[in-house]
Amino acid sequence: MQRKTLAALAAIPCALAPQVADACGGLVGENGTIQLVRTTTLAAYSNGVERYVTAFQFTGEGESVGSIVPLPDVPTKVERGGDWTLQRLTQEVAPPEASASGEADQTTAASDVEIILETEIDALDITVLKGGGDEVGKWAIDNGFLLSPDAPEVLDFYAERSPVFMAAKFDAERARELGQGAGDSTPIMATIPTDDPWVPVRILGLGLQDDQRVEADVFLLTDQRPELLAGGPGLNVERSESASKGLLTDLRSDEGMEWVGDDMWLSYLQLDAAAEDLDYDLAVSADPSVEPSIKDTGVPEESAVPVNDKSGTPWWPPVTGVLAGAGIFAALTVSSRRRHVGGVA
Amino acid sequence: MQAAARLCVALTAAAVTAGAGYVVVSATEGPPPEALGPEPVTVRIDAEYSRFVPDSLRVEVGTEVRFVLMNGDPINHELIIGPESVHRRHATGTHKEHRPIPGELSVGPDEQGVTSYVFDEPGTVEMACHLPLHYEDGMRGEVEVVELD
Repeated sequence: MQRKTLAALAAIPCALAPQVADACGGLVGENGTIQLVRTTTLAAYSNGVERYVTAFQFTGEGESVGSIVPLPDVPTKVERGGDWTLQRLTQEVAPPEASASGEADQTTAASDVEIILETEIDALDITVLKGGGDEVGKWAIDNGFLLSPDAPEVLDFYAERSPVFMAAKFDAERARELGQGAGDSTPIMATIPTDDPWVPVRILGLGLQDDQRVEADVFLLTDQRPELLAGGPGLNVERSESASKGLLTDLRSDEGMEWVGDDMWLSYLQLDAAAEDLDYDLAVSADPSVEPSIKDTGVPEESAVPVNDKSGTPWWPPVTGVLAGAGIFAALTVSSRRRHVGGVA
Repeated sequence: MQAAARLCVALTAAAVTAGAGYVVVSATEGPPPEALGPEPVTVRIDAEYSRFVPDSLRVEVGTEVRFVLMNGDPINHELIIGPESVHRRHATGTHKEHRPIPGELSVGPDEQGVTSYVFDEPGTVEMACHLPLHYEDGMRGEVEVVELD
């Protein structure tokens, strides 16, 4: 399973700080031959506005391929998202590697959804729509998307929290006209005013068999160290630190990224879970005094788990110490009682 | 030593209690549902989140069942009923839709379809949706055909 890089999920309404994640939507081509290889997304929040940057990379020979990504709120603008921002973020934590813009209209089939925004970025046709899970699903079918059998349930899962979705359809013919080939990626950025940030994770398992592993890298950029809450196991914080000045400077210098702040916190999470276990999302609170919302995990409270921070102070030493102390205390108590019973002073 | 013995007894009691609980649960699961038929019957099956609801039936041998498939999903589904050979053919087939012949039907989003099937031999007959990945995802069920006195 190819590892996916998550940079601020598309569905994150962050009123907290810039966040980075990679969103992967459910996608399939008309004839099923195109597979969306990888999506990478960066979401940053500043001054009440979330900017969501994501890149779509493809390989295939079908007519077109599409991806549906849940959004936390309605974006005011969708445009090309820099040239190398996502690559630079990946480079911070692992060996990297590394591309557009446009605008256009696209006629969409009639449905009960509300079309909020349509634009064309390179070979990608972007549509932001609002509606329930069923309505979005029907719109997707009418517009050439082939949904996997688990799509109805997943679309409902997200629509209950936010009825906003971004559909990205890759036109292979236009890609050829633009000189794009397999492996090329197109970054886009959505500007989203929102108060409630969360990171869609469940969407990564869309279309997968239960036993297939979902592996992804999640980047978060926040004003302060965030509090994280996941709806299940599989997410671990690998790095949690102040973003280096070099990183922030590099990001800010990319096209359209001038909004990147001077002082931010970088969190790098890794996701490794079986698709059947990936039925949750990641709730984020960039305010240390505010707990992440259980609702944003998409699961009941009893199922939510804190995200382990491997990079921070390990928890096991104090826990081990407490257990050892308790054991010693118990042993001494038993020993003392025996001496008392035996008449030993 | 006494404490260890007490602990051992406590753990054993807990295990026995838990085991007894499972026995009770098993005993309270109830007998199998009553078999439908032998007169013709109509059964409604809902397609919800790419699952058949209900996904199992029990009918008397010789019963004709009229299946009404209600599709509440925004995607297409189908209902294929028959022996293994039928399912093998549909699993590798490429038809996106099926005409409503006995034991086969296709339905679009929010649509309803009807098909009938006569269960003329005792045993288990599978029902399934063979659209891409639907079967693998769990869209299948079975009909138990029984011979009653």
